[in-house]
Formats: sequence, structure tokens, C-alpha cells
Amino acid sequence: MMGTNTWLLMAALLSIAAAAQGQRGGAAATGKAAAPFDLTGYWVSIVNEDWRYRMVTPTSGDYQGVPMNVAARQVADAWDPANDEAAGEQCKSYGAPALLRVPERLHITWEDDQTLREETDAGMQTRLFHFGDWKAPGGPRTWQGDSVARWETHGGRGGPQSGTLRVTTTHLRAGYLRKNGVPYSEDATVTEYYDLAKERNGDVWLVVTITVEDPKYLTQQFVISSQFKKQADGAGWDPTPCSSRW
Amino acid sequence: MNGGRVNRARMLRCILALASIPAMAQVELSGSWLALNHEDGLERLGGPYAVDYTGIPFNEFGRARALSTSLSQMSEPERICAFYTPFHLMLGQFPIKIWNETEPLNGRTLAWKISAWENRGIITIWMDGRPHPSQYAAHEKVGFTTGEWQGDVLTTFTTHMEAGYLRRNGARSTDQATMTMHFFRHGDLLTVSAWLDDPIYLAEPFYLTRSYQASTTPINPASPPCIQGDEGPQEGEVPHHLPGKTPFIDELTKLYGIPPEGTLGGPETMYPEFRKKIKEKFVMPAKCTLNCGGPARPGQ
Repeated sequence: MMGTNTWLLMAALLSIAAAAQGQRGGAAATGKAAAPFDLTGYWVSIVNEDWRYRMVTPTSGDYQGVPMNVAARQVADAWDPANDEAAGEQCKSYGAPALLRVPERLHITWEDDQTLREETDAGMQTRLFHFGDWKAPGGPRTWQGDSVARWETHGGRGGPQSGTLRVTTTHLRAGYLRKNGVPYSEDATVTEYYDLAKERNGDVWLVVTITVEDPKYLTQQFVISSQFKKQADGAGWDPTPCSSRW
Repeated sequence: MNGGRVNRARMLRCILALASIPAMAQVELSGSWLALNHEDGLERLGGPYAVDYTGIPFNEFGRARALSTSLSQMSEPERICAFYTPFHLMLGQFPIKIWNETEPLNGRTLAWKISAWENRGIITIWMDGRPHPSQYAAHEKVGFTTGEWQGDVLTTFTTHMEAGYLRRNGARSTDQATMTMHFFRHGDLLTVSAWLDDPIYLAEPFYLTRSYQASTTPINPASPPCIQGDEGPQEGEVPHHLPGKTPFIDELTKLYGIPPEGTLGGPETMYPEFRKKIKEKFVMPAKCTLNCGGPARPGQ
């Protein structure tokens, strides 16, 4: 026969086990209240990767690394920034699938308890990440689309609360994955994971894993990751409009 | 009662098993992981251009060392293995296998292991709290790495590496470099960040990230790492470039219109403000002519 204490111990361990295995997306009052870490503030992008596709306008026809199909190539080969300018579409390379690849500063704030606001100085774009039971209002597609967000957290025994911000974006206006015309279609879905890392010198980094799925133009999921360093304040914040040439 | 003893023994085993469940909010990292090389595709696959230091936060010493390096050094028997520290995990094209080694009695993870591939040795991440060796201890190619869970993120710290490289084109790191990595798992995706600090050659830490995708096809480590061999260089000769004599120094400028202050790296090249500095000097070539990627055009 098992003693009562043994059963109680078993029950406690089982509940701990469940917690340690990670109960994703648990019920939370609001997005703001449930935040396992603070994303708000100013961040600057650090461009160590894909430098010649990001810091300068990539050469026409340079598609290295992108799992694009032939249809995408045909669109990209016809890229003409002057046409984009004339059509008032200078922001085609600043849509949600590409925005965090632009060298820039981010300003992240809570717009309200269920909405996280992400602004960029480059291209002067604004994204809104909606928590909870948000319903998209409909209407025309936009460069930043409709984004729903949730915290994915792991609660553990005695450890710090940690987790990821997962953002899923749809209802996009078609644009460019890279400034030289590599296209994404309005059917694209962007899923992002926002993670924080504290380094040994005290710097706090934001690592965003970005996945783009586009049945029209990609042969597989396009996966990249961008890194940003936390800034003490808004120094260096330099709003500049979209440009199709630079 | 015998039945009672058996039940009790089963229960105790069950309790011990549950007790081995990680104390913190850890995640499973074990398995085979395919490398996704969608960013820095050329650097990871075919290899970077000889003088492409874009985005590397070099100081003057690091830049001078890189410009003097001839990759023919890798053909010398004593230098064939000279570049492959654990930082190569961030630079190479290869998939990885991750597994943990446990203590038999309590099931706790003693170490995480990341498979070797070709020239890079197995990375052992000690999780048992052991200290790093003395600063005077000998350095090894694979260095010495410890890890801890910070919530559901595995964070590691590597010291005691030998000199290695920052990019596969002669951009070098010294044996004073240390590295912090973070392993972020998101379902079938694993993103790894590496913060490499080298007080000798870098003005600021060098930060790279990359992603892997879980694979149901097993990936098994290939061969013992880094087999030395003679690839034919003349005995007594160390391939090098004298100051001002580095070939291909303007290759990136000719191919992509990037001004030299961009191609030669430096901390300022990592920040958005650098774009203003080179905007007027940048001349975009008419068309990509080399290493352009993308699918073949119809009919080709």
C-alpha cells in the first residue's frame, strides 16, 4: 500500500513535470501583463550578415540564398526601381517579410494592454502586434499586414520565467524580400519569434527568427534571423522615408 | 506483502524518473538538425570573396592580419586544421546532431554534445557546473565550453580556443577570443546566436545568428575532424601577402560597387549610420555576373 505522503509527492512531481515540459500559451489576462520579458525601448540593427544585400542596394539579378522559384525569378529579373517610384510603391522592400532586414532602429512600445507597437526609423513603418482574441478589421492589404501575437512561455521549477514572442502576419500587400525585386506575394505568411539574450558585457540583444512561407514564389520556407542591440534611449533615431533605390 | 513491496518499488522508480525532469524550463535539443543557409548563403556554401570583411568589427590589427593571410596556408600540413574552432558552427554549411550524455544514477545531463563535421571537432558543453580551466592552461582547437539553462534557452560560454577564423577568407580570431552562444528552440526550428569577443582583433564583439530545421532523417557525424595531410606547398615557405600587396582587394568593389571602407570592415560598418557614409560612393553595377544564385531561367 502506498502511503498518503507518497501519493502527495507523486502528485506534486507530476504537476512540476507538466510545468517544466512547458505549457505554451497559457491563459493570461493581457498581452502586456503576461509579458515574460520587456521588449519596449529602442533597438539598433547590427548588420553582420547578408551585408551586401542589406547595407547597399543589391545588384539586379543577385538572388543568392533565397529559395525562390522560376516565377519569382521572372518577376525579379524585371525589377525596375524607377517604375516602383513612379507607381508610388517605394515601400515594397519595407513590408513585414523584409522590414527587420533593413538597417534601422526599432522603437517598441505598448499601445495598449493588448497591442504591442513596433516602429522603424528606416521607411517610417509601424507594425501592431495584437494579443488576445483580436479580429482583423478587413479592408485593403497593407505592407505590414495583420499581426496576431502570443507569448510562448515555459514555466519551470524555481527558474526565471522565459519565453518567446511569436507573431504571425498575413493579409500582406505584395512586395520584395530583397530590395532588388525578389518578390513575395500577397499570399505570404510571416511567422516571427522574438527572443532576448543578455551577453557577458551586459548588452541586451533581440534576436528575431523570421520565417516566410509563400506558395506562389518560394520553393520552401525562407528562414533568416536578425539581431538588434538594446539602446539606452532614442539617440540616433532618424526617420527616413522609403526608397526604392537606396 | 510482496505485492505492496513491488508497487512501492515501482512508485519509487517513477518518483526518481520524475525527479530527473529538468529543474528549470528546459527544452529538448537532441536530434538531427538541417542547416538553413538562406542568409550568408555564399559565405557558408561556396565561400566568401577573399577580401570581404563587410560587417566584421575589425580593429586595425585584425584587418592587417586578415589582409596578410593567404588561404594557401591551409595547404600546409601544420595549418590545415588551423581555422576550425567552435565558431565554425556559425560559419559552415553543415547540419548537426545534438545529444546529451547523462549521469546513469539520476539521469541528469552531464554534457550536451554537438557533432563534429569534417574539420570541426565535437563541441562538448559541460552542464555539471565544473569551472573553466586556469587562464594559464593550454588552449585546444575545440576550447572549453560550459552551459546553463536560462529559462528555456541554453546559454554556453567557450574559452581556451586556439586561434581560428571569423570568416572563411582569412579574417582571423586569436586564442584570446571567447564565445557565448544561445540556443533558442521554436518547434522544428533551432536558432543559434554566437557572440564572439576577441580583444586582440576586434573593436566590438562579432554577433552571428543562424537557424536549423529538425530532421527526421538521421544525420550522423562524418569522419574524425580535420585530418592533416600534405597538399603540396614548398617546405619552408609560409604563404602570405605583404602589406599593400593583397590580391583581390578591390574585387568586391568591382563586382558590387561597394566602396573599400565597406569591404574592409570595422565596427562602424555594422550600424545603420554607415549607409549614409557610403551612399554617394556606391555605384550599383548593371547586373550580377558572378555567384548570383536563384533558379535557372526558363529555357536555360
